[in-house]
Parts: sequence; structure tokens; C-alpha cells
Amino acid sequence: MQASLYTERKLSRRNRARDARERLIAGVLLLAASVGVLTTAGIIASLAGETLRFFQQVSIIDFLTDTQWTPLFSDQHFGIGPLVTATLLTSAIALFIAVPFGLIAAIYLSEFAPARARAVIKPALEVLAGVPTVVYGFFALIVVTPFLQRFIPGLSTFNALSAGIVMGLMIIPLVSSLSEDAMSAVPASLREGAYGLGSTRFEVATRVVFPAALSGIIASIILALSRAVGETMIVAIAAGQRPVLTFDPTVPIETMTAYIVQVSLGDTPYGSLSYLTIFAVGTSLFVMTLVMNVISHWVVRHFREQYD
Amino acid sequence: MATERTLPGAAMFRTRIALRRLQGTLFVVLAIAVVAASLASLAFLAADVLGRGVGWLDWQFLNSFDSRFAERAGIKAAIYGSVYMMTFTLLLALPLGVMTAVYLEEYAQDGWFRQPVQINMSNLAGVPSIIYGLLGLTVFVRWMGMGRSVLAGACTMALLVLPIIVVATQEALRAVPSGIRDASYALGATRSQTIWHHVLPQAFAGILTGNILAASRAIGETAPLITIGALTFVPFVPEHPLDRFTALPIQIFNWTSKPQTAFHDLAAAGIVVLLAVLLTMNSVAIILRNRAGRAAGGGRR
Amino acid sequence: MVQQVSEATSKRQGPSLPDLIPSATPRVGMPAPTDEAIEDAAIEVRGLSLWYTRKQALADVSLRIPRHQVTALIGPSGCGKSTLLRCFNRMNDLIPGVRIQGEIDVDGVNVYAPGVDPVEVRRAVGMVFQKPNPFPKSIYENVAYGARINGYRGDMDELVEQSLRQAALWDEVKDDLKKSGLALSGGQQQRLCIARAIAVNPDVVLMDEPCSALDPIATAHIEDLMRELAQRYTIVIVTHNMQQAARVSDRCAYMLAGDDLIGRLVEYGSTEQIFRNPRDPRTEAYITGRFG
Ligand SMILES: Nc1ncnc2c1ncn2[C@@H]1O[C@H](COP(=O)(O)OP(=O)(O)OP(=O)(O)O)[C@@H](O)[C@H]1O
Ligand SMILES: [Mg+2]
Repeated sequence: MQASLYTERKLSRRNRARDARERLIAGVLLLAASVGVLTTAGIIASLAGETLRFFQQVSIIDFLTDTQWTPLFSDQHFGIGPLVTATLLTSAIALFIAVPFGLIAAIYLSEFAPARARAVIKPALEVLAGVPTVVYGFFALIVVTPFLQRFIPGLSTFNALSAGIVMGLMIIPLVSSLSEDAMSAVPASLREGAYGLGSTRFEVATRVVFPAALSGIIASIILALSRAVGETMIVAIAAGQRPVLTFDPTVPIETMTAYIVQVSLGDTPYGSLSYLTIFAVGTSLFVMTLVMNVISHWVVRHFREQYD
Repeated sequence: MATERTLPGAAMFRTRIALRRLQGTLFVVLAIAVVAASLASLAFLAADVLGRGVGWLDWQFLNSFDSRFAERAGIKAAIYGSVYMMTFTLLLALPLGVMTAVYLEEYAQDGWFRQPVQINMSNLAGVPSIIYGLLGLTVFVRWMGMGRSVLAGACTMALLVLPIIVVATQEALRAVPSGIRDASYALGATRSQTIWHHVLPQAFAGILTGNILAASRAIGETAPLITIGALTFVPFVPEHPLDRFTALPIQIFNWTSKPQTAFHDLAAAGIVVLLAVLLTMNSVAIILRNRAGRAAGGGRR
Repeated sequence: MVQQVSEATSKRQGPSLPDLIPSATPRVGMPAPTDEAIEDAAIEVRGLSLWYTRKQALADVSLRIPRHQVTALIGPSGCGKSTLLRCFNRMNDLIPGVRIQGEIDVDGVNVYAPGVDPVEVRRAVGMVFQKPNPFPKSIYENVAYGARINGYRGDMDELVEQSLRQAALWDEVKDDLKKSGLALSGGQQQRLCIARAIAVNPDVVLMDEPCSALDPIATAHIEDLMRELAQRYTIVIVTHNMQQAARVSDRCAYMLAGDDLIGRLVEYGSTEQIFRNPRDPRTEAYITGRFG
């Protein structure tokens, strides 16, 4: 009786120590898991603080409506329009390459390719997304532009076209992999149903599987667009540093990201108005990509077909 | 026997089978052309940088600092900078990432905290890298007073690659059969003992792969380092975490931006080194993963 | 033609198989007596064997399926009912490694003859699956799909209405043709799949356990529909439900896989005869529920 009480007490003391240790470990892990949340908070805080200071000096109306961006000149204008159109221009060119290429590759991989070809092609395409962007920038400026200049005599050394094309190459696997995943997730019973009505493989792929996977495919395209909008090095190296409001792909322009790079490379004094511009531009960029990412997730969740 | 060779009920259709079959054939031809063109551009890129850069690849190139003269320029500072930065990045991101994943998968399975952390992680993965640069500039360089140092770069990069490590580790943890956990609990092990002794070793290969992926990303990233102000002309090897530094992609960017073709060739040589490092890292990852996979599959230890 | 069949069967006596039940004479296909009753066969199978890569799944099946009747394939799980059914519209061609020997005529055309495209065969021989599988499109587009891809020449609205009427679904959906096919109930979905199948004007409609995912009321609906449809189409159905086979079918084929797991046709005759007076003791055992 006595002995057993004693062991029980000893055990419970040991248990309490053990529980405390377990709770401590759980607490430390929780702390680590909060770093991600803190990062988001940090991004928002750092962007918001400097951006607010920027808008104390520049009217938000001018920022959104002025058609000139000349913060580094003596005649300062702060219209983000030229940077945004440049960003959209290079991104549009990139999507113009990546969407058809990526979707054709995805349909082929999901519906036509033999398993062995697929096992080789899919990772090979994904290598495209693993090449550092500075390498692509080099490729666009040093290789692609001179090549294109043979066919387009008026093409400037810096232009949206080469940058967009090379960026498109980089995001092909983003479209192809995610779209292929979406198509592979279409239940086999739908394919059977379509074959049973006398469809060819091409018809099954394009008229049944593709539309059934459309939400995932659109999401992949939005994600690719978001990547293109946020891409920095290719456009900073190959598209130029001239913020003009144009949709001409053959002349130098300046994207939002390229502008941030340009200012970061210079000796802009800390706290000056031109220093603050990169945060205003960065905030705009952050909001744009965040909205796209949210839309992409939303599309997947709300338009996914429920088969059961 | 049947004399007519048409199938019943065909009269109301213009089936045109041959034409429809042709669509499929043409599509396959097109698709193979598209895939081949994409991969060919990659091969062309590799061949081009190799052709331009290989002549410059020598000991002098690897062991010299940058210079105004192309013949004397090298990537010594960049290599040291990249290696230091990657080391610090992993030292920070690996424990943080693995702990986050362990928390999400093994602790917070049904807690209210899990959902927001998970959504936040996937949104962080979609934030452009240059935004991390602005974060690093404000938080690490300014607020924490690290200056434009290796450490500031590594902290920025660690946050950038955190989602990669977390997602890869989560996948690896999910792949560990739950029987192993049950068996360990049945022996009276606590949750942390179970994770430390049984779950993490099983997930090792996946975690390793995720970290190599993260390291590759950190080595190739340029934009956030430019934003926090990593120098492009650094004629010294950083000796302290708070020293200023440059990195390989920054050096490549710097040379690419110069007008003289000699520097473009130097950039190409730098790219060859960068791609070689990435290729090695990824090959090592594949080999290690295969080996670990075989060991976990019941092979001899 | 009948003669040819028996010739074919006698020539192709399969390899000897261990006979489980001594009293049963090993028969491959059902010879003359019942087949003679069928004057007009929509499907005629001669000496059909099938292999999945290495594994044989069907051995020497021969039977004639009468036009505009309901024929049920019954037998225990794994005996090859689905496999046989999927031979009729060459669905098995989609599975890599499938090899087939023998012949199947649909309306006198050997569907496995060189030069016959399986895509055309599947237009002429429709199929309804175990689980309703409407496309994630509108009801209208579900029905119109097959007609569109096959280059239908007539009025599409009319075809859609007529097919939905035949599938006894028109009254329930006529005001809502733009609604997604997936928004229907299970039984409605299955009738939509039937409408979809008959919209391409098939000669034969194959149904592989079409009611197994449905509740009793929806099942009764589909069973009534099958009887209706039999006036215009030849129907072949696979079912595990003996009452269903007895209720809806005119003829029954009992299949069984022996120890070698190769499916064979054991007995084939009118439903009446199979249920009241099975000739083979293995059939009787299965019908009466002693086995399978
Ligand atoms: N795709 C396939 N690959 C290999 N073997 C298969 C395949 N499909 C079916 N089989 C095999 O062929 C045999 C017959 O299968 P089948 O599906 O035709 O049986 P069934 O009579 O329809 O059974 P159930 O009543 O369970 O649906 C089984 O032994 C099965 O394992
Ligand atoms: Mg079956």
C-alpha cells in the first residue's frame, strides 16, 4: 500500500516533468510557425509605413492618373501608369508564349503522351522554371535581342519583346504542370463516357477533359501572370529603364520591378522622396500579385466540379 | 454474310472519321514540336553560354576579385559571398521551416491556428522576390541595423525560401505511414520523442530534397539582394556576418549590364559556374533521395 | 449463319479445364437449341477470347444477341461480364495490352475487322456506365455532345428533346436545359446518360450495372425505361441483381470463371428458361443463390 502510493507519486512527478517538457516543445514549435505570419506582417508593415510617408508628399490621385513617371528628374512626376503598362506589356507577351505552349504541352502530357515519354518530358520542362532569372536576363539581352534584330530592324537594344518572350519561356512549366495536374484529376469515368459516344482521343481531350479542368487551368494561367508581373531580373536587364506610356514592344520601357532595381542600384539617400517611391511601387506590385493569387485560389475553390 | 460494310444508324451523321483522326495526329505533331522547341531553347541557352564563357573559365577567373579590366576580373568575392549567404540562409531557414512543418502536421492538426498559417504560407510563396528585398531593406538593413551585410541578405533569403522548405517537409511528413507513429505511442513514447526518433528520420529524404531546392533558389536569386544593396563591386572576401558582400548572380548581372562584349563573356563564364553548381546540387539531391528511398524500402542500413 | 457458329465452336474447343462440378458437361458457348430461336441477331459473337496483357479473361465465348430485346449478362464477380460487354463497342481497345481473338458482328459488320474504326463502332453501340457520369456541361450540351462530334445533320433542338423524351427525362428538365448535368439527382443523371447515349442513334445500348449506384425508386424508373427502349434498341445489360435480370430481360447469359479465372459462357437462353429450368447445375446454383 505504502510502496504503491510512493511509486504513484514518483510516477506522477515524472509525468508532470514530462508534460512540461512536451508543452515547452509545442510552444517552441508554435513560435517557429509564427515566423511565416510575422513575415507577412513585416512585409505589410515595411511597405505600408514607407508608402504612407510617400503619400504624405504625393497625392494618390496624381499617382494613379498622371501619365508621367519622372521621380529622378528635376521636373518630378509620380504617375505610376507608365510602369504599370510596361509591366502589363511584358507580362502579356510572356503569356502570349506561355499559355499556348503550356496548354498544348499539358494536354499532350495528360491525354496523349505514353507514360514513359511523360516521365521524361515533365521534369525536363520543369527545368525551365529552375534556371535563375539573371541567366534568362542575359539570354534575352545578349542572345535573343540580337537574333530578333535580324528580322525586326527597328528593335532597340532594350525592348519589351525579348524580355517578354524569354519570360514566357520561363513560365511555360508553371502553366503546363498545374494545368496537367488539373486535367489528370478529371475522373476517368468522364473520359470513358466520351469514348463511349464515339469520340476520338482529341475530342475527349479538348471537348470533355479540357473544359472539365477549366477552373484549374485558369488558376494556373493567373498564377503564371502573377509570376510574370513580379518577375524582375529579365526585365531589369533586357527591357530598359525608360518609363514611357507605350504599348510598342520594340522600344525601351521600364516595368515596376525594373524601377525598383534601378533605384536600388543608385545612391538614393535613405528617407528621400525617390527612396520612398520604390515602396509605393512595391506596394502596388504586392497588391497586384496578391489579388491575382487570391483570385486564382478562389477560382479553383468555387468553380471546381464536384463529382460525387 | 453481310454485304454492306457500314454500321447501323450512320445515315444521319457525317462522321468524317479520317478527318477527326487527323486532328489528333496533327495535334501530337504540334505538341511534340512545342515541347521540342521549349527544350531546344534551353539547350541553346546552355550551349551559348558555354560557347561564350568556357574560354574564360580558369583558375585565375575563379580566384580573382572583380576588376575594371575583363582579363583580370574574377568571381572570388562572389563565390565566397554566395557560399556564406547560402550557409546562413540554411542555418536560419532549415530549423524554422522544419519546425513550422512539424507544428502544422503533427501538432496543429485541428487547431484554429493551422488554417491561417497554411494559407499564409501559400500566399507567401506567391509574393514576388523583390518584395522580400524591400522587406529586408526595411526590417533587417534599417530597423535591425544589420546594414547591407551577408547576414541581412541571408535573413531576407531565409524568409524567401521558407515556404519551399515548409511545403516540402509537410509533404515528407504526410508520407510517413501513421502506423509508425501508433507503434511509437504504443510503446509509451511522447509526441516529441515519436517525432524526433521515428517520424523525422523517415521523412529525411523529403526534407533534404526540399532544402536543396531552397538552397538552389537562394543561390540563383538576384532581385532581393540588389534591393537590400548587396554591392556589385567587392574586392574582398567577407570575414564577418556583418561585412558587405556580393554574390554570383549579382556579379553576373553587373557584367551583363556593361556595354563591352568581353564582360558579357565573363558573365557567361559566371553563368556556367552558377548552372554547374545548381546542376550538381540537384543531382546530389536526386541521388540522396534515391539512396534514402532504398534504405527506407527495407534495404540494409 | 447458325451453322457457321456451331462449326466455329466445335473447332475451338478450348484447352481442357478442371471441371469443378462432375455432372456438368464442359460447354463452351451454348449450342443450337436456344440460338435457333433468334432469327434476327443484332450482335453475333463467334469464338471470342480476350487477354489482359498475359492474363486471359475470356475463353471462346459465342452467342447471338437478338434485336430489340433485353439481354442480361449474369454471373459472379470477376467472371468477365464487363469485359465481354466492353468488347461489343471496343471499349477494351483503350486498355493497353488487351488482345482479342474471335469475331463480333454488329448488324453483320465485324467490328474487329481491319479497317473498322472503334470510334465508329462506339457511335453505333452506345454505353451506359455503372456510376452516372454526365459531363460537367449543361443538360442540353450533354445530350448534344455525341451528335455534335459525329457531325449530326438534323435539327439539334429536336434531337435533344426527342432523346430526353425517350429517356423519360424531358418533363423533369425541359424548363432547365441550361442547368448543369451534375446538378441532377443520381437517377436523373443516369437517365441523362441514357439520353446522351441514344442521341447518337445507336443500334445497341450496353449497360454495365446501370442501377447499382441508385436507390430503389430510381432503379424502378430505369428498369421501366429499359423495357421502353427495347422497342427501338437492342439492349445488353450486366447485373448482379437476379430479380432485376428476371424483371427486365428477355434472355440471360450466365457466365462463370473457373479455377483458372478465365471467364466462359456457361448457359444462354430465354430468361424464362434460365430461371425456371436451368440446364446446367452451376447456373441453377447461382440463380437460387447457393453460390456467387
Ligand atoms: N484492366 C484490366 N487489366 C487486367 N485485368 C483486368 C482488367 N479488367 C478486368 N480484369 C480482370 O478480368 C477479369 C474479369 O473482369 P470483369 O471486370 O470483366 O468482371 P465482371 O464480371 O464484370 O465482375 P464484376 O461483377 O465484379 O463487375 C477479372 O479477373 C479482372 O481481374
Ligand atoms: Mg463488371
